[in-house]
Amino acid sequence: MIEAVNLRKTFQDKKRGEVKAVDDVSFVCRPGEVYGLLGANGAGKTTTLRLLATILEPTSGTARLCGHDIVEHPERVRANCGFLSTATALYPRLTAQELVEYFGRLNGLDEATLKQRVDSIFDRLDMNGFRDRRCDKLSTGMKQKTSIARTLVHDPPVMIFDEPTLGLDIMTARTIIEFIRECRERGKTVIFSTHVMREVEKLCDIVGIIQNGKLLAEGTLEQLRQRHGVNDMEEIFVRIVTPHFNEAA
Amino acid sequence: MSLRNIGVVYRKELLEALRDRRTLITTFLVPLLMIPVLGSGFVAVMSAALGSAKKEKPKVMIIGGQDSPALLSALQKYSKIRIVPTTADWRDEIINKEIRAAVEIPDGFDANVEKGQAGTVKINIYGGEIKSELAASNLEAYLKEYRDETASKRLEANHLPPEMLRSFLVKRQSIAPPEKEAGAILGGIISYMLILMCLQGAMNPAIDLTAGEKERGTMETILSSPISRTHLVLGKFLLVLTAALVTALLLLVSVSVSSNALQHSSLLDQMTDDGQPAPHFSLGVKTIASVVIMVVPLSVLFASGLMTIALFAKSHKEAQSYIAPLMFIVIIPAISAMIPGVDLTPKLAIVPLLNVSLLCKELVTGEYHWNYIVLIFVSTCVYAAGALFLAVKMFQRESVLFRS
Repeated sequence: MIEAVNLRKTFQDKKRGEVKAVDDVSFVCRPGEVYGLLGANGAGKTTTLRLLATILEPTSGTARLCGHDIVEHPERVRANCGFLSTATALYPRLTAQELVEYFGRLNGLDEATLKQRVDSIFDRLDMNGFRDRRCDKLSTGMKQKTSIARTLVHDPPVMIFDEPTLGLDIMTARTIIEFIRECRERGKTVIFSTHVMREVEKLCDIVGIIQNGKLLAEGTLEQLRQRHGVNDMEEIFVRIVTPHFNEAA
Repeated sequence: MSLRNIGVVYRKELLEALRDRRTLITTFLVPLLMIPVLGSGFVAVMSAALGSAKKEKPKVMIIGGQDSPALLSALQKYSKIRIVPTTADWRDEIINKEIRAAVEIPDGFDANVEKGQAGTVKINIYGGEIKSELAASNLEAYLKEYRDETASKRLEANHLPPEMLRSFLVKRQSIAPPEKEAGAILGGIISYMLILMCLQGAMNPAIDLTAGEKERGTMETILSSPISRTHLVLGKFLLVLTAALVTALLLLVSVSVSSNALQHSSLLDQMTDDGQPAPHFSLGVKTIASVVIMVVPLSVLFASGLMTIALFAKSHKEAQSYIAPLMFIVIIPAISAMIPGVDLTPKLAIVPLLNVSLLCKELVTGEYHWNYIVLIFVSTCVYAAGALFLAVKMFQRESVLFRS
């Protein structure tokens, strides 16, 4: 369960002055649901997700993950979520197994549980072939699998994906999409950001459209289609975002 | 504070550091090889230069003295020089290092010696040039001997005892234990090298664990794990500290091994004057132990200072360009300690870096001023704690971690 309550994040920029990256955003995301955060580049998707993952601290407002407040107990929040983005790289000098084990230990797993957990994840993701290979020697697909294993090692109830398929080839992107679907089936709370409409249509239970840090529209795919009288998700997105687009410039 | 978490981070960083060629080179190879390579190179060049200077029979011209055959024949008999025919351009010859010295004899020297008014014999040399200086000091000693001889002959002629000339003798003798004499020479150099190595050893891991992490994109990964940022930075800091200490320790090992080897080689004998005992180069266990104790807070200071600076950078390269000027700031106090006569005072004892290098110089010399040792240890600890606090604070700042 994720509850965002009036989340705000402002940055100081030398040229532009105060920048409102996230502006009064509230939403709820329930277990077994995939919440898609849809927006153009620079709309505030990444900042929102980084706030939820407690990598950044909100300027005001807050959010709760599984009941833990992101401002008051950021460490408990992180223990309850897995965060994956194209920016979350792997340590090049560790092997795939060492990397996953490291994050397991950081999550407080004892050695017996860790071994069992690592073995089962490596079996499930079919990673035993490159267990002992260093991360800098892995292919993109293997790296993605290792990243997935890293986010799963502590079996978190909440998953946060920030543009997880950005820059990946079709086959690797498919692995990620499959994985997100699997998370939902296992009853996890999933939020992910993207600007790829097809992914939204394939995956999302609820869509939030964000521009200039503001959540402009929210609802199930069906609700959005009815509200705007068109079927095409891209058309809906353009209609919602266009009136606000000039403000960004 | 969770020691377990700090330990988890430390173990992982250690594993990575041991797989990083750059860190291995700067932490293990440089301190081990630096002293033997630099030291033996320096000693070899020095002893070769001195040896050839001593072996050479310097060419000397004699200007004037045609009316003083006694002095001329005395000079002819002197075996350590080779007298060459005098030319008008003897000044140029000296400057061009064709000859080493020119002895200028005043007119009527022999005759005036009898009256005791012979004036001055000038030795013209190329000052600062080692072979020229060596020729001059030999000539000077020989001429003084000749002077005493003529004087005692005159005393004898007047039936006076020659001892009248020498109512007393002067002799200089060093009573410092040989290891302290050597320590004074070595102390400055060792403390300079130690400070530099300590910084050098901490540098690469400090950059790799901060800016390197940003550059490789693993910063966001690690920040999304439940570990607190304080634990994270402390684990990283301990690894950088380890690297600095290992580098410093290996340098000390290398110094003691090399100085022992030097002791048993013949190189030193060539460098010291004939007949004098060679200085005794070697570091005792007590010296090494006390130097190491001083190096600990210094390494803490370097490790946290470097991490604080490197954390601002977005890449390894950028971090290096921030740290390069720092090297100069560190070198100045380190060099100052090598200047003879710069010694510890209560004021200097609280100047960071300079105090440690001055103290290390004293420790290597075998002097233990406990009040200074305590003062410097405590003040360095205070600076180190300040730097570590700053590093931890920096790690909490989004504007530093996500600088774009």
